Amino acid sequence: MSTAVDHAAEDVLGKAYDARLMRRLVAYLRPHTVAVAIAFVAIVIASAVELAQPWITQLAIDHDIATGDIAGLGRLAALLLVLLLAGFAAEYVQTSILQLTGQRIMHTIRMQVYAHYQRLDVQFYDKNPVGRLMTRVTTDVDALNDLFTSGVITVFGDVLVLAGIMIAMLVMSWRLALVAFVVLPAIAWVAYWFRTHVRETYRRVRGLIARLNAFLQEHLTGMATVQLFGQEPRTLDRFERINRDHRDANIDSIFYYAVFYPAIEILAAISSALIIWVGGGWSEQGVVSLGVLVAFLQYSRRFFQPISDLSEKFNIMQAAMAASERIFHILDTTPVIVGPARPVRPAAVRAGRIEFDHVWFAYHDDAFVLRDVSFVVEAGQRIGIVGATGSGKTTIINLLLRFYEVNRGRILVDGVDVREWDLAELRARFGLVLQDVHLFSGSIADNIRLGQQDISNEDVERAARAVHAHAFITARPDGYASPVGERGASLSVGQKQLLSFARAIAFDPAVLLLDEATSSIDAATEALIEDALHVLMAERTVVAIAHRLSTIQDMDRILVIHKGELREQGTHQELVAQRGLYFRLYELQYSKS
Amino acid sequence: MIRALLRLLPYLVRVRRQLVLGLECILAATGLSLASPWVLKYVIDGLTTGVDRARLGVYALAVVGLAVADGLFRYLMRSYVIGASRQMEYDLRNDFFAHMERLPQAYFQANRTGDLMSRATSDLSAVRMMVGPAVMYFASTALGFVVAVAIMLWIDVRLTLIALLPLPGVTLGTRYFGKAIHDRFERIQAQLSNLSAVVQEAMAGVRVVRAYRQEPHELARFRAANDEYVARNRGLIGLQAAFYPSLTLCFGLSGLLVLWVGGREVIGGRLTLGEFVAFGRYLVLLSWPLIAFGWVINLVQRGIASWERMLEVLDAPVGEAPHPATRAIAASPVASGRIDARHLTFRYPGAPDDALTDVSFTIEPGTTTAIVGATGAGKSTLVQLLPRLFEPPPGTLFIDGVDVRNQPLASLRASMGAVLQEPFLFSDTVEGNILFGAPDAGDAADRRQRAETAAAMAGVDADVRDFAAGYDTRVGERGITLSGGQKQRVALARALVVDPRILILDDALSAVDTATEERILEHLRGVRQSRTCVIIAHRISTVRDADQILVLEAGRIVERGTHETLVAEGGRYAEMHRRQQLEQELEHA
Repeated sequence: MSTAVDHAAEDVLGKAYDARLMRRLVAYLRPHTVAVAIAFVAIVIASAVELAQPWITQLAIDHDIATGDIAGLGRLAALLLVLLLAGFAAEYVQTSILQLTGQRIMHTIRMQVYAHYQRLDVQFYDKNPVGRLMTRVTTDVDALNDLFTSGVITVFGDVLVLAGIMIAMLVMSWRLALVAFVVLPAIAWVAYWFRTHVRETYRRVRGLIARLNAFLQEHLTGMATVQLFGQEPRTLDRFERINRDHRDANIDSIFYYAVFYPAIEILAAISSALIIWVGGGWSEQGVVSLGVLVAFLQYSRRFFQPISDLSEKFNIMQAAMAASERIFHILDTTPVIVGPARPVRPAAVRAGRIEFDHVWFAYHDDAFVLRDVSFVVEAGQRIGIVGATGSGKTTIINLLLRFYEVNRGRILVDGVDVREWDLAELRARFGLVLQDVHLFSGSIADNIRLGQQDISNEDVERAARAVHAHAFITARPDGYASPVGERGASLSVGQKQLLSFARAIAFDPAVLLLDEATSSIDAATEALIEDALHVLMAERTVVAIAHRLSTIQDMDRILVIHKGELREQGTHQELVAQRGLYFRLYELQYSKS
Repeated sequence: MIRALLRLLPYLVRVRRQLVLGLECILAATGLSLASPWVLKYVIDGLTTGVDRARLGVYALAVVGLAVADGLFRYLMRSYVIGASRQMEYDLRNDFFAHMERLPQAYFQANRTGDLMSRATSDLSAVRMMVGPAVMYFASTALGFVVAVAIMLWIDVRLTLIALLPLPGVTLGTRYFGKAIHDRFERIQAQLSNLSAVVQEAMAGVRVVRAYRQEPHELARFRAANDEYVARNRGLIGLQAAFYPSLTLCFGLSGLLVLWVGGREVIGGRLTLGEFVAFGRYLVLLSWPLIAFGWVINLVQRGIASWERMLEVLDAPVGEAPHPATRAIAASPVASGRIDARHLTFRYPGAPDDALTDVSFTIEPGTTTAIVGATGAGKSTLVQLLPRLFEPPPGTLFIDGVDVRNQPLASLRASMGAVLQEPFLFSDTVEGNILFGAPDAGDAADRRQRAETAAAMAGVDADVRDFAAGYDTRVGERGITLSGGQKQRVALARALVVDPRILILDDALSAVDTATEERILEHLRGVRQSRTCVIIAHRISTVRDADQILVLEAGRIVERGTHETLVAEGGRYAEMHRRQQLEQELEHA
């Protein structure tokens, strides 16, 4: 169950039919024209078979039973058998084809949305919670499925059956048919009355269920507060009130069901009574045959089903329209950050020079997190970035990978503006190690090589050895093939960190971007990590955001970022000698130990 | 299973009148609906042998009359039985919630909220389906089946036996398909959560995916999950596509046998045409019970499984009752608010290590004690033991000289006002939240007065006045979002309103800026003199005035004293003090 709020906001139902959305949806049917055509044929056959049975009864009574023709009765029975089998086959074919087509279309839409997710800007993810994005490819797509499988196409079937019944009756005896049709408007009206009221109470019940859920969610989460303030009785009172409303709304809705079904039965009985009284009289006079009378009695009981089904389809359409609107909204969102049509290729195959040239950047409006930042990192140089939380350090990494676009100024990688790079090639220059290590479900080896199949098992193991991860990996029962649990639950924080180092080494990037972990790790692992870091940083350009100053003391240069500005830079010794910001940070940290 | 069902009995007894009436209506309705095909027999036989118009009129009226009477009883049946099931659902849900209110915090820690919610909603709904619709359909179909078959046998034994030949297939089919569909559906749901997990992983780790250019790989992973999802759906499609048509086929075959065999009997004169037609109608009436039967069994199975899941919660033990011998002592203490901890060692249920080890201290009435220490040192644990949100071991924690374990929970908690870490506000008005612990405080004006006084003391009064609807502003999901600092101050006001003997502030002002915090502490000075205060804080400025400061580290008290003595000692507290001074300087750089 996703959160109640999410539901409340997303359950708004609008129109049941929207031509613009419908055109777009119908386009998805186009590749399946043949299947849809077959389904249509099958529906026609199934409807015909349904209509044929009373007719056969009529024939049996009027012709064979009346004349004592046993062989004729046998022939009719054989015909009925054939029809039954045909009906079975037609219904089977229709249901399976429609469902299958529905599944194929859903597969396509899901792939489309997901592929689009892969292109959308990182900023898009800042605005949309993961839960919502998941709903789009799951629940919403399923709502569309209902439209394809039980919506549009079966409506056709319902109309067909209803029309068929009426035609069959008219053909048998148009006069008696008109008598039987007397109740039709009443049935339609009762069905309409029922649907409107049930929809109303259903909405009420659903609102109350949402309230019940919200109340439960809130008070189970805040139960400590309820208990602390001794408010259990009053909270129970409030719960009882919502619960009572829910019960009463449901009991109210019983009324409509309790009236509806008997009302339909009574209308059907009135129709039967009319057929008996009027038709019986005519039968005495020889106007209609006994068989027709019996067939009519059978037909008159079948009016209701299609009429009732039709109104039910309305709800399905409504839900599907709302879902498709949300899905198309995603598909219509265009990514801002895309590679240029003609990317510029830098001269060097593997260099790693970085230049920030008067860079300004804000995540929202003009709340700048970087202000006029300029610096150069020569290929092979290692720099550390320090500063208090929120000073803009992580932003530098985000901009280098072009997750976001700079507002002013430019960033050059190997002499080429990041906006002129091919996006994939640009990112291939970098290896990223984040403080919150993200692991994917799969094996340990999978998590080191990710999807890069040209990284061999030997490479994976070499990388793991280099960062001292080999020992704890091989200590597991399945070694490199051991599964990583949900969110890496079976690994310690330090082990996850080492895995992410191994991942970076295996990819062998020209530039290593390091957002160092702050979480406290036990001393033994800490020593391993320190050592692994040195291996990791060898022979490449390094931009390291450091929280532990010990990591970067021997860096070629240290940048001090404070409130979005580059305030100091130099080596550790130089900066300490300056007795400025860095010195104070250093003192602060030193005193911590 | 029987035992579980017996536990449901009290709820059924409460609605017994409705259930009994409902069953009576079912009897009547079933009888009436089975009478109408018999009228048809008279009509057809009359028409074959000759009948006058008036008689036909009587038959027609009989058909309508039977339907009306039948409809009336079905209306009552539905109202009684389904109404009873709704009433039972209501009772059960109240009891379920009341029980959850009494469960200790440890229970909520061990069980996910979503899981508890689904037991209070979807499981309960399955139990209701078992009591309501399942009972109703079972009674009416079982009865309808028996009577219809009896009538058919009476009309023609041989024809009945032949006609019923294909029908056991229906019930078996419903059962088999019902179960198979359910199983495959479960498999589909499982794959749906796999699919969701793939999406969740890639979305949550979008930066890693992009940085390592894993978009194609992620797409492939998604495609694989998507393919599997469709494949599992296909498994269901085959079943579903075969299910309903095969039911139709079974009934069709029965009808065919009646037509063929029955027709021959009519020709042979062993059966009247009227009986033949009525027989066909009875066969139609049989179809519903046969389908419903399999369905009802599935409903009952699901209902029982759900009820057992609910019982797991209902059987979870609630917080311990105080020892009867000491209840008298606890009930009449001269309230002062003295707190003693004596060699208190505590471990969370299921945790590998102690959260508190051998902690001893005394807090005199009317004094303020501050607790400092790193995250995870055991500070919050300590204050959660005071109101017994978690149970301390007996003989370790005393309030006014009485073991908290021997004090009734209600009076124990009534003597305290607490602001927990990350305070929880309800989606209610600001006033409703502030008066949460004292909801019956006089008339509207009086209530507002109390809320305002508390808010002013908590330093949130000005903020609230700035809201569009002032104290009537709704907060939380459907209202405005308060900042962390505002939340904390509203929670502080909420704790002050109950006028507690012991005031507990667990990191209660961490999101409030220093200047505001100082103002609040100033307001509280007066309040604090008449109360025992326990304050957890990270800022030295918050704790420096305390009468006693305890420094916790890894569950043990490592230093204790006043601000001055601790700074002079040069230990951990002094270190913390120095660091905060440095940070402050940096902040102003």
